[in-house]
Amino acid sequence: MITKEATPAAPAPARVAPEPPRPAKHRRSWDEVPRWQIYLPLSVYLLFTLIPFYWILLFALRPAGSTSLVPWPVTFDHFEKVWTERDFGTYFGNSVLVGVATLVMTTVVALAGGYALARFDFKIKRGFMLALLCSQFVPGALLLVPLFEIFANIQMINSLGSVIIAETVFQLPLSMILISNFIKNVPYSLEEAAWVDGCNRMRAFRVVVLPLLRPGLIAVGSFAFVHSWNHFLFALMFLNNPDKQTIPVGLNTLMSADSVDLGALAAGGIIAAVPVVIVFAFIQKWLITGFSAGAVKG
Amino acid sequence: MAQAAAVAKPPAPPRRRRASATPRRLPYLLIAPAALLMLGFIAYPVISVFYYGLQNYNPTKPWRNGYAGFDNFVRIFTDDPQFWDTLVFSAKWVLVEVGLQLLLGLALALIVNQTFVGRALGRALVFSPWAVSGVLTSAIWVLLYNSQTGITRYLADMGIGDYGTSWLSDTTTVFPAAIVADLWRGVPFFAILILADLQSVSKDLYEAAEVDGASRLKQFWHITLPHLKDAIVLSTLLRAVWEFNNVDLLYTLTGGGPAGETTTLPLYIANTSVDAHDFGYASALTTVAFVVLLFCSMVYLRLSKFGGESK
Repeated sequence: MITKEATPAAPAPARVAPEPPRPAKHRRSWDEVPRWQIYLPLSVYLLFTLIPFYWILLFALRPAGSTSLVPWPVTFDHFEKVWTERDFGTYFGNSVLVGVATLVMTTVVALAGGYALARFDFKIKRGFMLALLCSQFVPGALLLVPLFEIFANIQMINSLGSVIIAETVFQLPLSMILISNFIKNVPYSLEEAAWVDGCNRMRAFRVVVLPLLRPGLIAVGSFAFVHSWNHFLFALMFLNNPDKQTIPVGLNTLMSADSVDLGALAAGGIIAAVPVVIVFAFIQKWLITGFSAGAVKG
Repeated sequence: MAQAAAVAKPPAPPRRRRASATPRRLPYLLIAPAALLMLGFIAYPVISVFYYGLQNYNPTKPWRNGYAGFDNFVRIFTDDPQFWDTLVFSAKWVLVEVGLQLLLGLALALIVNQTFVGRALGRALVFSPWAVSGVLTSAIWVLLYNSQTGITRYLADMGIGDYGTSWLSDTTTVFPAAIVADLWRGVPFFAILILADLQSVSKDLYEAAEVDGASRLKQFWHITLPHLKDAIVLSTLLRAVWEFNNVDLLYTLTGGGPAGETTTLPLYIANTSVDAHDFGYASALTTVAFVVLLFCSMVYLRLSKFGGESK
């Protein structure tokens, strides 16, 4: 092997070589980057990214009090404890309910609004678009007091409904803008062709447009789910009843205890991460397309 | 409606008739749910914040409640050093976070945009902290910064830093410690957005530049960066607003401490309304925060000439 690579130094074969690999020139403009310039910074950054993940796994899996840097022997005591004693089982159920309900409401409402924005010209359209954009600057955190009062007035404090509504409302504007961009990318003529074939608007939308929106809807729906799953402040403010709380609030309770049970905290954190990891593993391939289709270029 | 259409253009092909037969109310019906939700739960609260800002309103001191004029605002600007402290800290926090996140995110996006063995895995791992919540980020970094069993202890074993103090409870280390924790989660956002935008740069441009003998640095400066400009402006703005408003991480990681060292304006507002129940004053602070945010965004968009070339 080695000798073979060493010998072509002989001029004859080298002279022949440069002629045929013309297409290699195209590739070279991308391949030119020396490998170490890719792998070195990437590895350094991955250390920064992965050590924290390893750290929480370590704490969750090794026995309490251990200072070993390898989680061995593995124990699941922390998970059991946090799931039953610290009520993470209940929190998990609540979080799933909030996440799924937010996902469904956001997607359905944004789909209807997004369709109107993409396909119709109507009087208040410009104003409505402007309102959507402006609402991006309205921080949910700063509206806690009036929102609390509203939910108190309609008797929804301590009901998961309040969190679902609040999460949906703050997800809506961006979701609607994204979805209307996705719909704009579907040629109107496709829909019109379906009308000619005798479909009404609703059916044409369902049969022709909806299947093409799948990647976009999956992206928007997953964002809605993950955001509401992760979001903390609304649940903290609107849900006082322990059996109504969500996972992030549970984590905060664990953290703000006088002496933090690190093992339980780590196990709780992993429980909080699992659904998100699953969702993202599932949507990974749609993520970039979904983004480039609508998010940035508008 | 249908009748009018039929009278107006009887010989029109069925396609036209169907399109014009769409009730004029349809778009309004379609946006109604979204519009109602946003009116009720964004517009109304915003207006009531403006309104309460002009009131003395404290549920625990009802005898003082009533119209206050601009008293709250006068107090903010003349008699509240904490407002200025938290405003300055907010600015510092946003600038450092967004600046570092953009630089690192851009570098990462350029790297994982190359072709190399293990790219898919590399991308997935680089992006992974993006999905992690603020509270979970806090939990992870509380474990890392813990003085007995955290990374800091092992660093101290190696002679870096000292034992016994958590970086989160020391006023000199809390800022970088919190910055690093938030970077960990924030960088992937930029990496993802910029990577998405990089995919749409025409390869012909690079080839042409190559033919002209432009170095890779030059190609980056003259092709890549101008292409990314709009995406960068938009994502930095969105991120800045988000970093300004987001309280999850600091609330749970440092609680604004030690000694108020890491209290942002929104965190100060939350404390004023939740702990002190001074809703009127908190509302006035919120109004000021809105105005500051809106003003900064406008200036930023103007300075960066957003969308200038494309329109």
